[in-house]
Amino acid sequence: MISLPIFLILSAILFSLGLFAVLSRHSMILLLIGVELMLASANLNFIAFWRFGPHPEAMTGALFVLFSIAVAAAEAAVGLSLILLIYRHLRSTNPKDVNSLHG
Amino acid sequence: MADSSWIPYLLCLIPLLPLAAAGVTALARPSRRRQASILTIATLSVAFVLALVLFVQVVGAGGGEAEAVFRRSFNFTWFEFGASSLRLGLLLDPLNAGMLVMVSFVGLLICIYSVGYMKEDANFARFFGFLALFSFAMLGLLVANSLLLLFICWELVGLASYLLIGFWYQKPAAVAASRKAFITTRIGDLGLFLGMIWLYSESGTMLFYDGGAGLLEASSLTHLTTTFTIGGMALSTATALLIFCGAAGKSGQFPLHVWLPDAMEGPTPVSALIHAATMVAAGVFLVARAFPLFAASADPDVVSTALQVVTWVGAITAVFAACIAVAQTDIKRILAFSTISQLGYMMLALGLGGISAGIFHLIAHAFFKALLFLGAGSVIHGCHDVQDIRRMGGLRRFMPLTFATYAVGMMALSGFPFLFSGFWSKEEILHLAHVWPVSSLPFYLALFGAFLTAFYMTRQMAYVFFGSYRGSHSPHESPGVMTVPLMLLATGAVLLSLIATPAWSWFHHFIEGGQTHFEMAAIFEGWGLMLLSIVLVGSGVGIGWWLYGRQVLTVDGPDALEQKVPRLYQALAQRLYVDEFYEATVIRLQRMLACLAEILERRVWAGAVMLVAAAFRAVSRLSRNIDRSFFNGGFDQGCSSLRGSGGRVARWQNGDIQTYLGWIGSGVVLLLIFFAWL
Repeated sequence: MISLPIFLILSAILFSLGLFAVLSRHSMILLLIGVELMLASANLNFIAFWRFGPHPEAMTGALFVLFSIAVAAAEAAVGLSLILLIYRHLRSTNPKDVNSLHG
Repeated sequence: MADSSWIPYLLCLIPLLPLAAAGVTALARPSRRRQASILTIATLSVAFVLALVLFVQVVGAGGGEAEAVFRRSFNFTWFEFGASSLRLGLLLDPLNAGMLVMVSFVGLLICIYSVGYMKEDANFARFFGFLALFSFAMLGLLVANSLLLLFICWELVGLASYLLIGFWYQKPAAVAASRKAFITTRIGDLGLFLGMIWLYSESGTMLFYDGGAGLLEASSLTHLTTTFTIGGMALSTATALLIFCGAAGKSGQFPLHVWLPDAMEGPTPVSALIHAATMVAAGVFLVARAFPLFAASADPDVVSTALQVVTWVGAITAVFAACIAVAQTDIKRILAFSTISQLGYMMLALGLGGISAGIFHLIAHAFFKALLFLGAGSVIHGCHDVQDIRRMGGLRRFMPLTFATYAVGMMALSGFPFLFSGFWSKEEILHLAHVWPVSSLPFYLALFGAFLTAFYMTRQMAYVFFGSYRGSHSPHESPGVMTVPLMLLATGAVLLSLIATPAWSWFHHFIEGGQTHFEMAAIFEGWGLMLLSIVLVGSGVGIGWWLYGRQVLTVDGPDALEQKVPRLYQALAQRLYVDEFYEATVIRLQRMLACLAEILERRVWAGAVMLVAAAFRAVSRLSRNIDRSFFNGGFDQGCSSLRGSGGRVARWQNGDIQTYLGWIGSGVVLLLIFFAWL
């Protein structure tokens, strides 16, 4: 029987993997992917709490996740373009090199 | 009296022109040799012309009936301090008018001669700069109407002399000689300085003539003769003696004569100009200038003590130096001792009261001694820098012009009768000595000196110009630029005799005032004395020739006089051991004092100083330690710990987003645990 805790555990594993990627990778692209993983885990949480919640017929959770995915796509576009600009400027996508606000 | 406002301008210009030349030469590059010599010679020529103008003015003004002596002084205030002021001035009178002409003329000729003599020297321009500086100082000394201005110029000629004696500074002997000259004359100058200050403190003025208020004028002299000081000496006597110290130092009078022979280490034109013709005569000039002070005496019938001292010193120097000259072998050294001896004659004349005799001898001597020195320079030049007369000989065939002019100089110096200036000047001095009321000894000393002069000059002539040549290089005559000044000086040495014969003693009256009449008979007035001096000169020359002229002279063999009286000759050759005496007394004492001072310095004073220094060092070290450990310590530590913690905090904000994120993550986890635990 599939129940809520299984989804929550899966989502926690996803979030942890994403966080680990964000903290340990040396490329901003991989960081962005990690951020997407964390976002996906958050979306999974939304869906799970909606499905196993008191009002599963109201569709509010699915709607919220759709918005969230759209916002995540926009965020990924902005992040990628920032990474491109940073790469042109510094010839590097290593976040360790990007430690100064001064151009 | 015609307008005489232009006189002070000329008096200023005469010394200032050579000064300008000296300044320009000093600033210009040393390679501008031609320009330096031309500038110096040109300014001296102008100075000579200006001196002649002044001389003519003085001669023209002195011809008046009642006019005693032409004398114009031009005074101005140098600076004021409080109520009193220091005044300087310029003076024109017959005494310095004649001297100005002589100094500028002889100086000019010697500069022209130097162009030839110093041609090869690397420091040609410097030499001319020094000559110009010397001319400035000497001419300034002559025109000064203030003891202070005279003293300033006096020291400047001393400086120029020092610089020129040590001109060849690579030669240790020249350096030592320049130092000796400077220090020896300074001993005398100390006396002059003290006398000057004393006079100023007593009379409040340093001007010689100041319309009745000057030092040498009646009111001041009366004050000085009636004021008495230590030992009952009149103040005038004391100050005159102090001034005489300076004069004796500068004029090489015994016992301060030791520097003059050594001064011959300088270039020969310098010996001629400074150490024969002009500077050494400055002492004589000073005594002549301050003569009223020397002669001042409360009782007009008694010869003043100061004049007696001058007489005795002069007479002793005259004979003493002439004796030494007999046994010297260096051509310039013989002339140097001869100069000292002649300066003694001048002092003798002044001491006897004969200003005109002394000054005439000074001017005549300047001509023939400059002539002799330049002749000696020509000989040295022709013999390739040999100065030992034993290595010369027979030069009259090689250097006829030098020989002829040198012979004129020699005869003028020895006092050959009638034609030569030296004869008449010496005659006048002998005459004065003969009638001196105090003692007759100076008269006999002067006679003996005259004999010796003729003797040593004959000896020198025999060694240098007669016999056969004993040197190694073949000698040659000097160029025209050197022989022409010789001939001019020789002419001067002869012509000068015309103005001071007893028959027409123009010079006498020019200096001392009065009318000149031509009187042929006057020549024979003192004929007995004249005959005596002629006989003495003749016997001097005769004995000299008998000893040195007849036999073949050799380089290494003993001197003819040495064969006769070896021990006396040795003593004379060693200059009567005066230098050794000074070495054994004054210099040894000085050295002992220096040693004592050094020991005191090193053991006592240095110890005390070190002790104080050590104490101070200990105190300061203590204070430093307290400061560092106590006051600074806490503060510094606080500062550095603040700085360290600031650094550590700042390191967190390193711009690395992953680290930030890590912290945020761990913070969230901690919060979660906290809430879960709650």
